[in-house]
Amino acid sequence: MPAGLGARFQPRFFEANYWISLTPMNEQIATQPPEIVALSAPPSLLSSSWTRRIRMGDLVARGITFLAALSVLVITVALAWELYKGSVPSIKEFGWKFITQKTWDPVFLSFGSITFLFGTLITSVIALLLAVPVGIGAAIFLAELAPRAISSALTFVIELLAAVPSVIYGLLGIFVLVPFMREHGGASLKAALGFLPIFSGPNYGVGVLTAGIVLAVMIVPFIISISREVLLAVPREQREASMALGATHWETTWHVAMVYARSGIFGSIFLALARALGETMAVTMVIGNTPQISASLFAPGYTMAAVIANEFTEATGDLYLSALVEIGLLLFVMTMIINALARLLIWSTVRKQGAAA
Amino acid sequence: MITPENLDEQESRIPQMRFDPMQAEEAEEIPQLKTENGQTPAITLLKTNLPEGRSPNRVLQAVKVSTEHLNFFYGQKQALEDICIQIREQCVTAFIGPSGCGKSTFLRTMNRMNDLIPGARVDGSVLIDGRDIYARQADPIELRRRVGMIFQKSNPFPKSIYENVAYGVRINNLARSRKSLDEVVERTLRGAALWDEVKDSLHKSSLALSGGQQQRLCIARALAIEPEILLMDEPASALDPISTAKIEELIFELKKRYTIVIVTHNMQQAARVSDFTGFFLIGRLMEFGDTRRIFTNPSKKETEDYITGRFG
Repeated sequence: MPAGLGARFQPRFFEANYWISLTPMNEQIATQPPEIVALSAPPSLLSSSWTRRIRMGDLVARGITFLAALSVLVITVALAWELYKGSVPSIKEFGWKFITQKTWDPVFLSFGSITFLFGTLITSVIALLLAVPVGIGAAIFLAELAPRAISSALTFVIELLAAVPSVIYGLLGIFVLVPFMREHGGASLKAALGFLPIFSGPNYGVGVLTAGIVLAVMIVPFIISISREVLLAVPREQREASMALGATHWETTWHVAMVYARSGIFGSIFLALARALGETMAVTMVIGNTPQISASLFAPGYTMAAVIANEFTEATGDLYLSALVEIGLLLFVMTMIINALARLLIWSTVRKQGAAA
Repeated sequence: MITPENLDEQESRIPQMRFDPMQAEEAEEIPQLKTENGQTPAITLLKTNLPEGRSPNRVLQAVKVSTEHLNFFYGQKQALEDICIQIREQCVTAFIGPSGCGKSTFLRTMNRMNDLIPGARVDGSVLIDGRDIYARQADPIELRRRVGMIFQKSNPFPKSIYENVAYGVRINNLARSRKSLDEVVERTLRGAALWDEVKDSLHKSSLALSGGQQQRLCIARALAIEPEILLMDEPASALDPISTAKIEELIFELKKRYTIVIVTHNMQQAARVSDFTGFFLIGRLMEFGDTRRIFTNPSKKETEDYITGRFG
């Protein structure tokens, strides 16, 4: 490139921008992104192939990444649309009754989903109640207290656990947890807390509680793994500030590191919750698959994901199929609502106490 | 090398001493002292601090911190070598030196902050009020309550301004009631010259403050538990000149009540705020003495080279 070219080109380059800024009255140009305007500018403005290549590169990169981002939106919208379209017959037939009604009767084609909603929610709640304390406790130990060698070894095992297919957890549930609950666990819970309605009634081993425990085992690795990462990312300055004030190691962990990391820890919990809500296979294998709402956690139940997986192949007739699709739609909407609430919760706590990250 | 044995002697040789009106207000009685050259001495003599039988112009404030043959290692690497120093009460002691010379490490030995670094090892002793803080029975938590620290990068907690100041008070159970906690917060924020700026937004996030305000909040947080010694690790290095001036003013105010040790890259700052200056080079304390003397009449070639900007 001749030495003079760059210098000669530079003012032209600015001229191009100047020219654009002078034409905002022209609506067509004003509404288009500036890059496109520059490209549609007179050819003399793009005389340097070098500059054009830079700008083209930007455009191409922008276009590709935009498409990637767009695909997420397209998939979400398509999913919602297909679910809605598939459930239109069922929505027309049952209306809001579909959500409030308990009956699920394929023979008389009378469908209500409240039992499945209940099953999904109760198993997820049990799973969270069990998994959150264990997960956060383990994360604190691994991030703050354990010697480095132990911490990395355990973390490796935990990440392995997170990658185990759910059907394996289901098998574990059937062969280990169900017999255990039938013979020992359930019995001792009954003996100790049998006066509570949630621990009353017959205990078959399979049931809501067992499903919740299996789910808890499945989601604990997520909570540990993410919470540990978040705790490790707390800046050293934060800990030092606390230690310098005479705080003990534990006070520093609890009042400073946990506060700093809280949005990430919430995030790990909600990711775990999302997995618990949608988990199908392992739950189907141990929950008993009975559409009913019972106060007792020993009673069998049914979840939304489980009913779709179990009955889709045998769904004869459009209305039956449509009812199953509507359950899918409800699951989709429920997950979205819970995610939105989670965001709101994170946002409000972070805002109240001062944004950390 | 300066040792405790010859420190007094070194200081008595200092011809220029200056009189500090800030401290004069605190003193019950100011002896009108003259050095041999007829100049006013540097350090205020509190009547209570005068040991008997010593000639007044050799007497300084009581020794608050002293180290004896202090060596410090990060794993295999030696970061401090045979540091012997005496730091006086209610004075500002500054440490200067090029990056990586060990001045921050030295500062952090005084509240055992280095304990938190894996592989760190201390050899020798650091005495505060005559007691070895590295002794087996010494409690680092209790020590850090007495020795506050301000860091280079302001590091407020992601909590409200109020909660930041109250944190140390809460964990040390120093306030009996909500009301007395409120009082401590107000008093400390006033002490850190921040109250007027934040009194209407005490319960807003500390991260909304400017950099200079955040650093003063950190100072307030450290002051809230009423330490005896305040360690400052380049407290103004990330601040603009106006915020720096505010911090320096604050240091002047604070030394009436606290022993302040400050590490700084900024030699003008050391000259402005400190009573004593120590010069570190590659893990050694090259020279230590009255600030005026260090900056006008250093006894070591290396000190002179550094303060005249020949390296560092």
